[in-house]
Amino acid sequence: MTSKPYNSIVLVKQVPDTRHVTGEVMTKDGTMNRSALPAIFNPEDLNALEMALQVKEQYGGTVTVLTMGPMQAAEVLRQALYRGADRVILLSDRKFAGADTQATSYTLKCAVQKAGAFDLIFCGRQAIDGDTAQVGPQLAEKLGLPQITYAEAIASLDGDEIVVRRAFERGMEIVKCRLPCLLTVVSTANQPRPPSVRRRIEYKMAAIPAEYPALLEKWPEFGSELSLDSHLAANNLKITIWTAADLDVDESLLGLAGSPTQVYKINFVVLEATESKEIQPTEEGIRALIQELIQEYLIG
Amino acid sequence: MTENRNIWVFIEQEDNRIADVSLELLGKAHELVRALQDTDLSGSQVWALLCGHQVAELPKQLIEYGADHVLVAEHPELEMYRTLPYSRVVVDQVRKWLPYIFLFGATPLGRDLAPRIASAVQAGLTADCTDLQIGDYTSRKDKRVHKDLLYQIRPAFGGNLIATIVNPYTRPQIATVREGVMRKLEPDQQRVRTVEIITPQFEPGDFALQVLGRQIRESTVKLKDAPVIVAGGGGVSNQEEFDLIRELANLLGGEVGASRAAVDAGYISREHQVGQTGTTVRPRLYIAAGISGAIQHRAGMDKSNKIIAVNTDPNAPIFQVAQYKIVGDLGDVLPMLIKALREKAK
Repeated sequence: MTSKPYNSIVLVKQVPDTRHVTGEVMTKDGTMNRSALPAIFNPEDLNALEMALQVKEQYGGTVTVLTMGPMQAAEVLRQALYRGADRVILLSDRKFAGADTQATSYTLKCAVQKAGAFDLIFCGRQAIDGDTAQVGPQLAEKLGLPQITYAEAIASLDGDEIVVRRAFERGMEIVKCRLPCLLTVVSTANQPRPPSVRRRIEYKMAAIPAEYPALLEKWPEFGSELSLDSHLAANNLKITIWTAADLDVDESLLGLAGSPTQVYKINFVVLEATESKEIQPTEEGIRALIQELIQEYLIG
Repeated sequence: MTENRNIWVFIEQEDNRIADVSLELLGKAHELVRALQDTDLSGSQVWALLCGHQVAELPKQLIEYGADHVLVAEHPELEMYRTLPYSRVVVDQVRKWLPYIFLFGATPLGRDLAPRIASAVQAGLTADCTDLQIGDYTSRKDKRVHKDLLYQIRPAFGGNLIATIVNPYTRPQIATVREGVMRKLEPDQQRVRTVEIITPQFEPGDFALQVLGRQIRESTVKLKDAPVIVAGGGGVSNQEEFDLIRELANLLGGEVGASRAAVDAGYISREHQVGQTGTTVRPRLYIAAGISGAIQHRAGMDKSNKIIAVNTDPNAPIFQVAQYKIVGDLGDVLPMLIKALREKAK
């Protein structure tokens, strides 16, 4: 048994919370008010982060968290810092916008290559806004790495080999793979830890420059954005942003322009109201209903 | 390379049994070939790509279900699915033939393999389609009309939207397709078509991963074909109440369904989940008890012949798709239903 530290990269995404589409979000004509949906840490990305943090706790090494998104996505990076990430990077550029999974995985590949040596990449199985589960495998292909999708548990890590249990609806599989490799993690893998109180205090000022005005309102003692910036930089609280110019990229493969798929149209799912009959929740009402179902050959 | 006009289906098999979804896709591919008949792409064929070991018996079945030509990659290393050896075979064949369309089942295997293929050949891929059609598309990028593309239709944004996606520039147009939404052809045992055996060329790196063990159960839950489904949701407050749902389902000779809320609460396994992320069902009768009717759930059951909804909230969205509306607590209503049915049975 060779024990050594493992360096991990975790890819996360900020997503609208599509699981809780309530009355306020759905309008009367059946359409949706997207801005009413809160932005959250993609749930299975939290499972991926948790798995990486557990590897770090057991074997040592570092956890780097990367996200691609608008400036607001800095929030999920702070959430990652609160939970134990060592380093966080925001990939943000107008040129990245409108990317499908192909262009997204290309951008992430370029960022991972810049981020330095790693043994493991963790992603959530899929993001709840698109539910495609494509970015993980596409990134693995572009990096020339083996992939282990539907990862539920790391059974062992020994030298340059990992043994992982994969979980499907109808069964499981145990695989052994050489490192480096990429894992996509399912929600049953673990119970993601909450933010640590100590780290929440430690990293409460972690920010990107776009957030400085808001920070100065809260902590006016820093006086100017310039002095705030040097304070954050000196204390490792300035969240790194990489734009297209920071990466070694072919710009024609980024964002909307680099996306082979195009959205032809979007239809809102409109409820077709069905004519319905109200049944009273009484013994008589229910008996009459059963009678009707039998007459219509629906049961019996 | 000149563009091939054929429609390919990746054939998924486990222990020499072909997955239902692969046969469903052969049926859909046939429909797409017909849609292309009177276009510049007329004469396209349905090709099936099968990987495995000792699978010589399977091509005949694929032809009966609609394949015009079967490519069989036969090799001991292909006996059990592994991403890299399978990718090697599929990518080599795609590069060689460049099909027009390539369909995969949106199964754990299909969703592991298809993105790998799409990335390697730099083609567009759409996940989890629930419908496929042929049609024209005017690109906003170049204002050109792209004729006879594959419309890849899928729910998006947690099922609140239906998006139609196209791949105007890249080939093949790749999609994974939800199980159970396309229809198989009636098998035609007289049908004779061609089979071609291909010999895979692997590289050492393809074997970076080994399968140490695998347990796949046959599903005992037969939601897809159940004539009656009784389903419980977030309104179920305890295991005893969920047992009422089981009891009613048993009495009706039906299957137990659930919304995500009931699965998350631990009342029943995920195999019973109906909806966008579960199974799509069309029973004769669907009884929704304590299910509010989030769009993710409705999308999986609103094609049911008749729907009875029981909910304490008179404004629950489930009532909009139900023919029978019962405003009340399922803890009161279900025992009444059970009692009335027992009386009838006497």
